[in-house]
Amino acid sequence: MRTWTWLHPLIALAFAPLLGGLIARTKAVFAGRTGAPVLQPYFDLAKLFRKGAVYSRTTTTVFRAAPTVGLAAIIVATLVVPFGGAPALLAFPGDFLLVVGLLAIGRFATVIAALDTGSSFEGMGASREVQFAALAEPALFLSLAAAGLAAGGSSLSRMQAAASVESWLAAGPALPLIAAALIAVVLAENSRIPVDDPNTHLELTMIHEVMILDHGGPDLGLILYGAALKLWVMGALLVNIVLPFRAGDAWVDGGISLAGMVLLAVAIGTIESSMARLRLTRVPQLLVGAATLAALALVLVLR
Amino acid sequence: MTGWLDTLLVLIVLTNLKLLGTSRLGGCIRVVAAQGVLLGGLPLLAGGGLLAPRALLLAAAGVGLKGIVFPWLLLRALREAKVQREVQPYLGFTASMLIGAGVLGIGLWAGSRLPLPTAVRSSLLVPVALATMLTGLLVVVSRSKAITQVLGYLVFENGIYAFGVGIAPDAPVLVELGILLDVFVAVFVMGIMIFHINREFDDIDTERLSELRDWRPE
Repeated sequence: MRTWTWLHPLIALAFAPLLGGLIARTKAVFAGRTGAPVLQPYFDLAKLFRKGAVYSRTTTTVFRAAPTVGLAAIIVATLVVPFGGAPALLAFPGDFLLVVGLLAIGRFATVIAALDTGSSFEGMGASREVQFAALAEPALFLSLAAAGLAAGGSSLSRMQAAASVESWLAAGPALPLIAAALIAVVLAENSRIPVDDPNTHLELTMIHEVMILDHGGPDLGLILYGAALKLWVMGALLVNIVLPFRAGDAWVDGGISLAGMVLLAVAIGTIESSMARLRLTRVPQLLVGAATLAALALVLVLR
Repeated sequence: MTGWLDTLLVLIVLTNLKLLGTSRLGGCIRVVAAQGVLLGGLPLLAGGGLLAPRALLLAAAGVGLKGIVFPWLLLRALREAKVQREVQPYLGFTASMLIGAGVLGIGLWAGSRLPLPTAVRSSLLVPVALATMLTGLLVVVSRSKAITQVLGYLVFENGIYAFGVGIAPDAPVLVELGILLDVFVAVFVMGIMIFHINREFDDIDTERLSELRDWRPE
Protein backbone atom coordinates (compact mmCIF):
# COMPACT_ATOMS: atom_id res chain seq x y z
CA MET A 1 0.00 0.00 0.00
CA ARG A 2 2.90 2.37 0.67
CA THR A 3 4.09 2.24 -2.95
CA TRP A 4 1.62 4.85 -4.09
CA THR A 5 2.58 7.17 -1.22
CA TRP A 6 5.94 7.67 -2.94
CA LEU A 7 4.69 7.19 -6.45
CA HIS A 8 1.94 9.82 -6.42
CA PRO A 9 4.09 12.99 -6.42
CA LEU A 10 6.22 11.50 -9.23
CA ILE A 11 3.15 10.48 -11.23
CA ALA A 12 1.60 13.90 -10.67
CA LEU A 13 4.77 15.63 -11.87
CA ALA A 14 4.97 13.37 -14.93
CA PHE A 15 1.34 13.12 -16.01
CA ALA A 16 -0.23 16.44 -14.95
CA PRO A 17 0.12 18.09 -18.40
CA LEU A 18 -1.50 15.01 -19.93
CA LEU A 19 -4.86 16.04 -18.40
CA GLY A 20 -4.81 19.25 -20.43
CA GLY A 21 -4.07 17.24 -23.58
CA LEU A 22 -6.94 14.86 -22.84
CA ILE A 23 -9.36 17.74 -22.27
CA ALA A 24 -8.28 19.34 -25.56
CA ARG A 25 -8.67 16.02 -27.38
CA THR A 26 -12.15 15.47 -25.93
CA LYS A 27 -13.20 18.92 -27.08
CA ALA A 28 -11.74 18.20 -30.53
CA VAL A 29 -13.74 14.97 -30.80
CA PHE A 30 -16.93 16.83 -29.84
CA ALA A 31 -16.23 19.47 -32.44
CA GLY A 32 -15.49 16.84 -35.11
CA ARG A 33 -11.85 17.83 -35.43
CA THR A 34 -8.80 15.63 -35.24
CA GLY A 35 -7.27 17.93 -32.68
CA ALA A 36 -3.75 18.34 -31.39
CA PRO A 37 -1.85 15.28 -30.16
CA VAL A 38 -2.60 14.31 -26.58
CA LEU A 39 1.03 15.07 -25.76
CA GLN A 40 0.80 18.62 -27.11
CA PRO A 41 1.10 20.27 -23.64
CA TYR A 42 4.49 18.54 -23.24
CA PHE A 43 5.66 19.87 -26.61
CA ASP A 44 4.48 23.35 -25.60
CA LEU A 45 6.34 23.15 -22.31
CA ALA A 46 9.52 21.89 -24.02
CA LYS A 47 9.29 24.76 -26.50
CA LEU A 48 8.80 27.33 -23.75
CA PHE A 49 11.70 26.03 -21.66
CA ARG A 50 14.06 26.33 -24.65
CA LYS A 51 13.24 30.02 -25.08
CA GLY A 52 14.78 33.01 -23.38
CA ALA A 53 12.80 35.29 -21.10
CA VAL A 54 12.00 38.92 -21.79
CA TYR A 55 11.29 41.18 -18.84
CA SER A 56 9.67 44.58 -18.91
CA ARG A 57 11.70 47.38 -17.33
CA THR A 58 8.79 48.25 -15.03
CA THR A 59 8.77 44.83 -13.35
CA THR A 60 10.72 43.92 -10.24
CA THR A 61 11.95 40.77 -8.53
CA VAL A 62 8.36 39.99 -7.55
CA PHE A 63 7.51 39.39 -11.18
CA ARG A 64 10.50 37.08 -11.69
CA ALA A 65 9.98 35.13 -8.48
CA ALA A 66 6.22 34.57 -8.89
CA PRO A 67 6.26 31.62 -11.35
CA THR A 68 8.76 29.72 -9.20
CA VAL A 69 6.85 30.43 -5.98
CA GLY A 70 3.58 29.40 -7.58
CA LEU A 71 4.98 26.13 -8.93
CA ALA A 72 6.72 25.33 -5.63
CA ALA A 73 3.49 25.79 -3.68
CA ILE A 74 1.64 23.41 -5.99
CA ILE A 75 4.42 20.80 -5.87
CA VAL A 76 4.23 20.82 -2.06
CA ALA A 77 0.47 20.38 -2.37
CA THR A 78 1.01 17.17 -4.37
CA LEU A 79 2.86 15.77 -1.35
CA VAL A 80 -0.17 16.33 0.91
CA VAL A 81 -2.89 15.00 -1.41
CA PRO A 82 -3.37 11.23 -1.19
CA PHE A 83 -3.89 9.14 -4.30
CA GLY A 84 -4.63 5.58 -5.28
CA GLY A 85 -5.83 4.31 -1.91
CA ALA A 86 -2.56 5.06 -0.14
CA PRO A 87 -2.00 7.85 2.41
CA ALA A 88 -0.09 10.94 1.31
CA LEU A 89 3.58 11.56 2.11
CA LEU A 90 2.58 14.34 4.48
CA ALA A 91 -0.55 13.37 6.40
CA PHE A 92 -1.60 15.00 9.64
CA PRO A 93 -4.94 16.14 11.12
CA GLY A 94 -6.11 19.31 9.43
CA ASP A 95 -3.83 18.98 6.41
CA PHE A 96 -6.67 20.03 4.10
CA LEU A 97 -6.14 23.55 5.43
CA LEU A 98 -2.53 23.31 4.22
CA VAL A 99 -3.62 22.28 0.72
CA VAL A 100 -6.10 25.16 0.46
CA GLY A 101 -3.43 27.50 1.84
CA LEU A 102 -0.85 26.29 -0.70
CA LEU A 103 -3.31 26.81 -3.53
CA ALA A 104 -3.92 30.31 -2.17
CA ILE A 105 -0.16 31.01 -2.11
CA GLY A 106 0.10 29.96 -5.75
CA ARG A 107 -2.77 32.27 -6.64
CA PHE A 108 -1.30 35.12 -4.60
CA ALA A 109 2.01 34.79 -6.46
CA THR A 110 0.28 35.01 -9.86
CA VAL A 111 -1.86 37.96 -8.74
CA ILE A 112 1.01 39.94 -7.25
CA ALA A 113 3.10 39.36 -10.40
CA ALA A 114 0.19 40.54 -12.55
CA LEU A 115 -0.10 43.71 -10.46
CA ASP A 116 3.70 44.19 -10.63
CA THR A 117 3.56 44.67 -14.40
CA GLY A 118 1.48 47.83 -13.93
CA SER A 119 -0.72 46.83 -16.88
CA SER A 120 -4.34 47.80 -16.47
CA PHE A 121 -5.53 44.61 -18.19
CA GLU A 122 -3.58 42.44 -15.80
CA GLY A 123 -4.89 44.43 -12.86
CA MET A 124 -8.40 43.74 -14.09
CA GLY A 125 -7.65 40.02 -14.39
CA ALA A 126 -6.10 40.00 -10.92
CA SER A 127 -9.16 41.67 -9.48
CA ARG A 128 -11.45 39.08 -11.07
CA GLU A 129 -9.27 36.16 -10.04
CA VAL A 130 -9.29 37.31 -6.42
CA GLN A 131 -13.02 38.04 -6.47
CA PHE A 132 -13.90 34.56 -7.73
CA ALA A 133 -11.33 32.87 -5.52
CA ALA A 134 -12.86 34.57 -2.48
CA LEU A 135 -16.14 32.86 -3.39
CA ALA A 136 -14.62 29.52 -4.44
CA GLU A 137 -12.53 29.12 -1.30
CA PRO A 138 -15.46 28.93 1.15
CA ALA A 139 -17.03 26.29 -1.10
CA LEU A 140 -13.78 24.28 -1.08
CA PHE A 141 -13.35 24.67 2.69
CA LEU A 142 -16.94 23.74 3.46
CA SER A 143 -16.96 20.68 1.21
CA LEU A 144 -13.64 19.40 2.58
CA ALA A 145 -14.84 20.06 6.14
CA ALA A 146 -18.05 18.14 5.42
CA ALA A 147 -16.06 15.27 3.87
CA GLY A 148 -13.76 15.27 6.90
CA LEU A 149 -16.67 15.15 9.34
CA ALA A 150 -18.28 12.33 7.36
CA ALA A 151 -14.97 10.44 7.45
CA GLY A 152 -14.33 11.16 11.12
CA GLY A 153 -10.95 12.83 10.67
CA SER A 154 -9.65 16.09 9.31
CA SER A 155 -6.78 14.65 7.29
CA LEU A 156 -7.14 14.23 3.53
CA SER A 157 -5.61 10.76 3.73
CA ARG A 158 -8.18 9.84 6.35
CA MET A 159 -11.00 11.15 4.13
CA GLN A 160 -9.70 9.05 1.25
CA ALA A 161 -9.39 5.94 3.40
CA ALA A 162 -12.93 6.40 4.68
CA ALA A 163 -14.46 6.79 1.22
CA SER A 164 -16.13 3.54 0.27
CA VAL A 165 -19.33 2.34 -1.29
CA GLU A 166 -20.74 1.84 2.22
CA SER A 167 -19.88 5.40 3.25
CA TRP A 168 -21.74 6.69 0.19
CA LEU A 169 -24.80 4.73 1.19
CA ALA A 170 -24.50 5.70 4.86
CA ALA A 171 -23.92 9.43 4.33
CA GLY A 172 -26.97 9.58 2.06
CA PRO A 173 -27.34 12.80 0.11
CA ALA A 174 -24.33 14.55 1.70
CA LEU A 175 -21.58 13.08 -0.50
CA PRO A 176 -23.24 13.83 -3.88
CA LEU A 177 -23.66 17.43 -2.66
CA ILE A 178 -19.96 17.59 -1.73
CA ALA A 179 -19.01 16.16 -5.13
CA ALA A 180 -21.19 18.71 -6.96
CA ALA A 181 -19.67 21.59 -4.97
CA LEU A 182 -16.14 20.29 -5.62
CA ILE A 183 -16.77 19.99 -9.37
CA ALA A 184 -17.87 23.64 -9.49
CA VAL A 185 -14.77 24.64 -7.52
CA VAL A 186 -12.46 22.58 -9.76
CA LEU A 187 -13.93 24.24 -12.86
CA ALA A 188 -13.67 27.73 -11.36
CA GLU A 189 -10.20 27.40 -9.88
CA ASN A 190 -8.70 25.88 -13.02
CA SER A 191 -10.29 28.50 -15.28
CA ARG A 192 -12.38 25.98 -17.20
CA ILE A 193 -15.40 26.87 -19.27
CA PRO A 194 -18.49 27.80 -17.31
CA VAL A 195 -16.31 30.31 -15.45
CA ASP A 196 -13.43 31.18 -17.73
CA ASP A 197 -12.44 30.15 -21.23
CA PRO A 198 -8.83 28.96 -21.41
CA ASN A 199 -8.80 29.55 -25.17
CA THR A 200 -9.91 33.16 -25.37
CA HIS A 201 -7.46 35.98 -25.58
CA LEU A 202 -10.02 38.74 -25.30
CA GLU A 203 -9.22 41.01 -22.39
CA LEU A 204 -12.84 41.71 -21.54
CA THR A 205 -13.73 38.12 -20.79
CA MET A 206 -10.67 36.30 -19.58
CA ILE A 207 -9.67 35.91 -15.98
CA HIS A 208 -6.65 33.69 -15.56
CA GLU A 209 -5.09 34.10 -18.99
CA VAL A 210 -5.01 37.87 -18.73
CA MET A 211 -2.79 37.76 -15.66
CA ILE A 212 0.02 35.89 -17.42
CA LEU A 213 0.15 37.97 -20.60
CA ASP A 214 3.51 39.51 -19.69
CA HIS A 215 5.19 36.24 -18.82
CA GLY A 216 7.21 34.59 -21.54
CA GLY A 217 9.58 31.68 -22.16
CA PRO A 218 10.53 29.55 -19.15
CA ASP A 219 8.40 31.69 -16.82
CA LEU A 220 5.28 31.00 -18.85
CA GLY A 221 6.31 27.34 -18.96
CA LEU A 222 6.52 27.22 -15.16
CA ILE A 223 3.10 28.88 -14.86
CA LEU A 224 1.48 26.51 -17.37
CA TYR A 225 3.07 23.50 -15.68
CA GLY A 226 1.88 24.83 -12.30
CA ALA A 227 -1.65 25.23 -13.68
CA ALA A 228 -1.57 21.61 -14.94
CA LEU A 229 -0.38 20.41 -11.53
CA LYS A 230 -3.13 22.44 -9.85
CA LEU A 231 -5.73 20.70 -12.02
CA TRP A 232 -4.15 17.37 -11.04
CA VAL A 233 -4.16 18.17 -7.30
CA MET A 234 -7.76 19.39 -7.25
CA GLY A 235 -8.81 16.54 -9.54
CA ALA A 236 -7.21 14.07 -7.14
CA LEU A 237 -9.20 15.61 -4.26
CA LEU A 238 -12.39 15.13 -6.24
CA VAL A 239 -11.55 11.61 -7.50
CA ASN A 240 -10.70 10.49 -3.95
CA ILE A 241 -14.21 11.34 -2.81
CA VAL A 242 -16.18 10.44 -5.93
CA LEU A 243 -14.53 7.09 -6.73
CA PRO A 244 -14.95 5.07 -3.55
CA PHE A 245 -14.00 1.69 -5.03
CA ARG A 246 -11.11 -0.08 -3.34
CA ALA A 247 -9.88 -3.50 -4.39
CA GLY A 248 -7.28 -3.86 -1.66
CA ASP A 249 -4.41 -4.35 -4.07
CA ALA A 250 -2.13 -1.31 -4.33
CA TRP A 251 -1.70 -1.48 -8.11
CA VAL A 252 -5.39 -2.02 -8.84
CA ASP A 253 -6.36 0.89 -6.54
CA GLY A 254 -3.78 3.10 -8.20
CA GLY A 255 -5.11 2.09 -11.59
CA ILE A 256 -8.66 2.91 -10.50
CA SER A 257 -7.57 6.37 -9.37
CA LEU A 258 -5.64 6.97 -12.62
CA ALA A 259 -8.70 5.90 -14.59
CA GLY A 260 -10.67 8.34 -12.43
CA MET A 261 -8.34 11.17 -13.44
CA VAL A 262 -8.75 10.27 -17.13
CA LEU A 263 -12.52 10.19 -16.64
CA LEU A 264 -12.35 13.59 -14.95
CA ALA A 265 -10.44 15.04 -17.92
CA VAL A 266 -13.02 13.62 -20.33
CA ALA A 267 -15.84 14.94 -18.11
CA ILE A 268 -14.31 18.43 -18.08
CA GLY A 269 -13.91 18.26 -21.86
CA THR A 270 -17.54 17.23 -22.18
CA ILE A 271 -18.72 20.07 -19.92
CA GLU A 272 -16.64 22.52 -21.95
CA SER A 273 -18.08 21.25 -25.22
CA SER A 274 -21.69 21.25 -24.09
CA MET A 275 -21.89 24.45 -22.07
CA ALA A 276 -21.54 28.10 -22.88
CA ARG A 277 -19.40 30.33 -20.77
CA LEU A 278 -21.39 32.04 -18.02
CA ARG A 279 -21.79 35.76 -18.12
CA LEU A 280 -19.24 37.29 -15.78
CA THR A 281 -21.96 38.56 -13.43
CA ARG A 282 -23.43 35.06 -13.16
CA VAL A 283 -20.17 33.45 -12.05
CA PRO A 284 -20.48 34.53 -8.40
CA GLN A 285 -23.93 32.95 -8.41
CA LEU A 286 -22.47 29.59 -9.49
CA LEU A 287 -19.82 29.76 -6.80
CA VAL A 288 -22.22 30.88 -4.07
CA GLY A 289 -24.48 28.03 -5.17
CA ALA A 290 -21.55 25.61 -4.77
CA ALA A 291 -20.82 27.02 -1.32
CA THR A 292 -24.49 26.63 -0.39
CA LEU A 293 -24.47 22.99 -1.52
CA ALA A 294 -21.34 22.39 0.55
CA ALA A 295 -22.93 24.10 3.56
CA LEU A 296 -26.01 21.93 3.12
CA ALA A 297 -23.78 18.84 3.04
CA LEU A 298 -22.04 20.03 6.20
CA VAL A 299 -25.41 20.47 7.92
CA LEU A 300 -26.47 16.96 6.84
CA VAL A 301 -23.26 15.46 8.20
CA LEU A 302 -23.41 17.43 11.45
CA ARG A 303 -27.02 16.48 12.08
CA MET B 1 -36.64 4.32 4.11
CA THR B 2 -35.24 7.27 6.07
CA GLY B 3 -32.46 7.50 3.50
CA TRP B 4 -34.96 8.00 0.69
CA LEU B 5 -36.93 10.49 2.77
CA ASP B 6 -33.76 12.49 3.49
CA THR B 7 -32.81 12.47 -0.18
CA LEU B 8 -36.29 13.73 -1.09
CA LEU B 9 -36.07 16.50 1.52
CA VAL B 10 -32.62 17.55 0.27
CA LEU B 11 -34.00 17.69 -3.27
CA ILE B 12 -36.80 19.94 -1.99
CA VAL B 13 -34.18 22.24 -0.43
CA LEU B 14 -32.33 22.28 -3.76
CA THR B 15 -35.50 23.32 -5.60
CA ASN B 16 -35.88 26.16 -3.05
CA LEU B 17 -32.35 27.37 -3.81
CA LYS B 18 -32.83 26.93 -7.55
CA LEU B 19 -36.01 29.02 -7.39
CA LEU B 20 -34.11 31.81 -5.66
CA GLY B 21 -31.37 31.67 -8.30
CA THR B 22 -33.50 31.41 -11.45
CA SER B 23 -33.91 34.55 -13.49
CA ARG B 24 -36.57 33.43 -16.01
CA LEU B 25 -40.24 33.35 -15.08
CA GLY B 26 -40.81 30.13 -17.06
CA GLY B 27 -37.85 28.52 -15.28
CA CYS B 28 -39.29 29.56 -11.91
CA ILE B 29 -42.64 27.97 -12.76
CA ARG B 30 -40.92 24.71 -13.75
CA VAL B 31 -38.87 24.66 -10.54
CA VAL B 32 -42.03 25.06 -8.45
CA ALA B 33 -43.66 22.29 -10.51
CA ALA B 34 -40.68 20.02 -9.78
CA GLN B 35 -41.04 20.86 -6.11
CA GLY B 36 -44.72 19.94 -6.28
CA VAL B 37 -43.87 16.54 -7.78
CA LEU B 38 -41.25 15.95 -5.09
CA LEU B 39 -43.78 16.88 -2.41
CA GLY B 40 -46.13 14.31 -3.91
CA GLY B 41 -43.66 11.65 -2.83
CA LEU B 42 -43.66 12.92 0.73
CA PRO B 43 -46.90 11.28 1.98
CA LEU B 44 -45.68 7.97 0.52
CA LEU B 45 -42.40 8.10 2.43
CA ALA B 46 -43.34 10.02 5.58
CA GLY B 47 -46.81 8.56 6.08
CA GLY B 48 -47.93 5.14 7.15
CA GLY B 49 -46.97 2.80 4.35
CA LEU B 50 -45.65 3.05 0.84
CA LEU B 51 -48.83 1.72 -0.71
CA ALA B 52 -51.53 2.85 1.71
CA PRO B 53 -54.54 3.93 -0.39
CA ARG B 54 -54.76 7.19 1.55
CA ALA B 55 -51.13 8.12 0.86
CA LEU B 56 -51.50 7.11 -2.79
CA LEU B 57 -54.59 9.32 -3.16
CA LEU B 58 -52.85 12.30 -1.58
CA ALA B 59 -49.72 11.77 -3.68
CA ALA B 60 -51.70 11.46 -6.91
CA ALA B 61 -53.78 14.57 -6.13
CA GLY B 62 -50.66 16.52 -5.13
CA VAL B 63 -48.62 15.55 -8.18
CA GLY B 64 -51.55 16.10 -10.52
CA LEU B 65 -52.35 19.58 -9.21
CA LYS B 66 -48.91 20.96 -8.31
CA GLY B 67 -46.92 19.19 -10.99
CA ILE B 68 -49.27 19.47 -13.97
CA VAL B 69 -52.30 21.76 -13.49
CA PHE B 70 -50.62 24.72 -11.73
CA PRO B 71 -47.65 24.97 -14.09
CA TRP B 72 -50.02 24.69 -17.05
CA LEU B 73 -52.26 27.49 -15.67
CA LEU B 74 -49.30 29.73 -14.87
CA LEU B 75 -47.45 29.10 -18.12
CA ARG B 76 -50.66 29.91 -19.99
CA ALA B 77 -51.07 33.13 -17.98
CA LEU B 78 -47.44 33.98 -18.77
CA ARG B 79 -47.96 33.28 -22.47
CA GLU B 80 -51.15 35.30 -22.70
CA ALA B 81 -49.80 38.21 -20.72
CA LYS B 82 -46.90 38.46 -23.23
CA VAL B 83 -44.79 40.03 -20.54
CA GLN B 84 -41.08 40.47 -20.19
CA ARG B 85 -39.82 37.09 -19.09
CA GLU B 86 -37.30 38.15 -16.50
CA VAL B 87 -37.94 38.03 -12.78
CA GLN B 88 -36.65 41.53 -11.91
CA PRO B 89 -35.96 40.96 -8.24
CA TYR B 90 -35.59 43.68 -5.63
CA LEU B 91 -32.89 41.49 -4.15
CA GLY B 92 -30.03 40.09 -6.28
CA PHE B 93 -29.88 36.39 -7.13
CA THR B 94 -26.63 35.79 -5.26
CA ALA B 95 -27.92 37.55 -2.15
CA SER B 96 -31.19 35.61 -2.44
CA MET B 97 -29.30 32.30 -2.50
CA LEU B 98 -27.21 33.31 0.51
CA ILE B 99 -30.38 34.21 2.38
CA GLY B 100 -31.86 30.90 1.19
CA ALA B 101 -28.97 29.10 2.88
CA GLY B 102 -29.43 31.26 5.99
CA VAL B 103 -33.12 30.44 6.04
CA LEU B 104 -32.25 26.75 6.10
CA GLY B 105 -30.07 27.46 9.14
CA ILE B 106 -33.00 29.22 10.81
CA GLY B 107 -35.19 26.22 9.96
CA LEU B 108 -32.69 23.84 11.55
CA TRP B 109 -32.40 25.99 14.67
CA ALA B 110 -36.16 26.40 15.02
CA GLY B 111 -36.76 22.75 14.14
CA SER B 112 -34.47 21.60 16.93
CA ARG B 113 -36.29 23.78 19.49
CA LEU B 114 -39.85 23.17 18.41
CA PRO B 115 -41.66 20.78 20.77
CA LEU B 116 -43.53 18.28 18.60
CA PRO B 117 -46.55 16.26 19.69
CA THR B 118 -45.47 13.16 17.77
CA ALA B 119 -42.22 11.62 16.64
CA VAL B 120 -41.27 12.60 13.08
CA ARG B 121 -39.87 10.14 10.54
CA SER B 122 -36.82 12.25 9.76
CA SER B 123 -35.17 14.96 11.86
CA LEU B 124 -34.77 16.90 8.61
CA LEU B 125 -38.48 17.12 7.87
CA VAL B 126 -39.48 20.00 10.15
CA PRO B 127 -36.41 22.16 9.31
CA VAL B 128 -36.98 21.67 5.58
CA ALA B 129 -40.69 22.49 5.93
CA LEU B 130 -39.89 25.69 7.88
CA ALA B 131 -37.17 26.66 5.40
CA THR B 132 -39.58 26.11 2.50
CA MET B 133 -42.18 28.36 4.14
CA LEU B 134 -39.58 31.10 4.72
CA THR B 135 -38.32 30.73 1.13
CA GLY B 136 -41.89 31.23 -0.09
CA LEU B 137 -42.18 34.41 1.99
CA LEU B 138 -38.81 35.59 0.69
CA VAL B 139 -39.97 35.10 -2.90
CA VAL B 140 -43.19 37.02 -2.18
CA VAL B 141 -41.41 40.03 -0.71
CA SER B 142 -38.32 40.15 -2.92
CA ARG B 143 -39.80 39.69 -6.41
CA SER B 144 -42.00 42.21 -8.13
CA LYS B 145 -43.94 40.26 -10.76
CA ALA B 146 -47.46 39.04 -10.00
CA ILE B 147 -46.53 35.53 -11.21
CA THR B 148 -43.65 35.32 -8.77
CA GLN B 149 -46.03 36.31 -5.99
CA VAL B 150 -48.22 33.35 -6.91
CA LEU B 151 -45.12 31.14 -6.96
CA GLY B 152 -44.05 32.40 -3.54
CA TYR B 153 -47.51 31.68 -2.22
CA LEU B 154 -47.35 28.16 -3.70
CA VAL B 155 -43.93 27.48 -2.17
CA PHE B 156 -45.22 28.75 1.18
CA GLU B 157 -48.16 26.35 0.90
CA ASN B 158 -45.73 23.56 -0.05
CA GLY B 159 -43.87 24.19 3.20
CA ILE B 160 -47.05 24.00 5.25
CA TYR B 161 -48.06 20.84 3.39
CA ALA B 162 -44.69 19.20 4.12
CA PHE B 163 -45.02 20.24 7.78
CA GLY B 164 -48.53 18.80 7.95
CA VAL B 165 -47.57 15.52 6.31
CA GLY B 166 -44.67 15.14 8.70
CA ILE B 167 -46.46 16.12 11.91
CA ALA B 168 -49.93 14.72 11.37
CA PRO B 169 -49.71 11.85 8.89
CA ASP B 170 -53.14 10.75 10.06
CA ALA B 171 -55.01 13.99 9.40
CA PRO B 172 -58.26 13.29 7.55
CA VAL B 173 -57.85 12.98 3.80
CA LEU B 174 -60.84 15.25 3.41
CA VAL B 175 -58.96 18.13 5.09
CA GLU B 176 -55.87 17.64 2.93
CA LEU B 177 -57.92 17.45 -0.26
CA GLY B 178 -59.91 20.49 0.85
CA ILE B 179 -56.67 22.46 1.23
CA LEU B 180 -55.51 21.31 -2.21
CA LEU B 181 -58.83 22.49 -3.67
CA ASP B 182 -58.44 25.87 -1.94
CA VAL B 183 -54.95 26.26 -3.39
CA PHE B 184 -56.26 25.31 -6.80
CA VAL B 185 -58.97 27.96 -6.63
CA ALA B 186 -56.42 30.51 -5.39
CA VAL B 187 -54.04 29.83 -8.27
CA PHE B 188 -56.95 29.89 -10.73
CA VAL B 189 -58.15 33.26 -9.44
CA MET B 190 -54.61 34.63 -9.38
CA GLY B 191 -54.19 33.54 -13.00
CA ILE B 192 -57.26 35.58 -13.96
CA MET B 193 -55.97 38.47 -11.85
CA ILE B 194 -52.60 38.41 -13.61
CA PHE B 195 -54.47 38.67 -16.91
CA HIS B 196 -56.44 41.69 -15.68
CA ILE B 197 -53.47 43.42 -14.10
CA ASN B 198 -51.67 42.96 -17.40
CA ARG B 199 -54.57 44.36 -19.44
CA GLU B 200 -54.81 47.38 -17.16
CA PHE B 201 -51.12 48.26 -17.01
CA ASP B 202 -49.50 46.34 -19.92
CA ASP B 203 -47.25 44.84 -17.27
CA ILE B 204 -47.58 42.46 -14.36
CA ASP B 205 -45.34 44.40 -12.01
CA THR B 206 -47.20 44.59 -8.71
CA GLU B 207 -45.58 47.91 -7.93
CA ARG B 208 -48.01 49.44 -10.38
CA LEU B 209 -50.87 48.35 -8.14
CA SER B 210 -49.94 51.13 -5.74
CA GLU B 211 -51.27 53.52 -8.35
CA LEU B 212 -54.74 52.18 -7.71
CA ARG B 213 -56.36 54.73 -5.44
CA ASP B 214 -59.35 57.01 -5.34
CA TRP B 215 -57.55 60.30 -5.58
CA ARG B 216 -54.33 61.35 -7.19
CA PRO B 217 -52.04 63.78 -5.40
CA GLU B 218 -51.96 66.95 -7.48
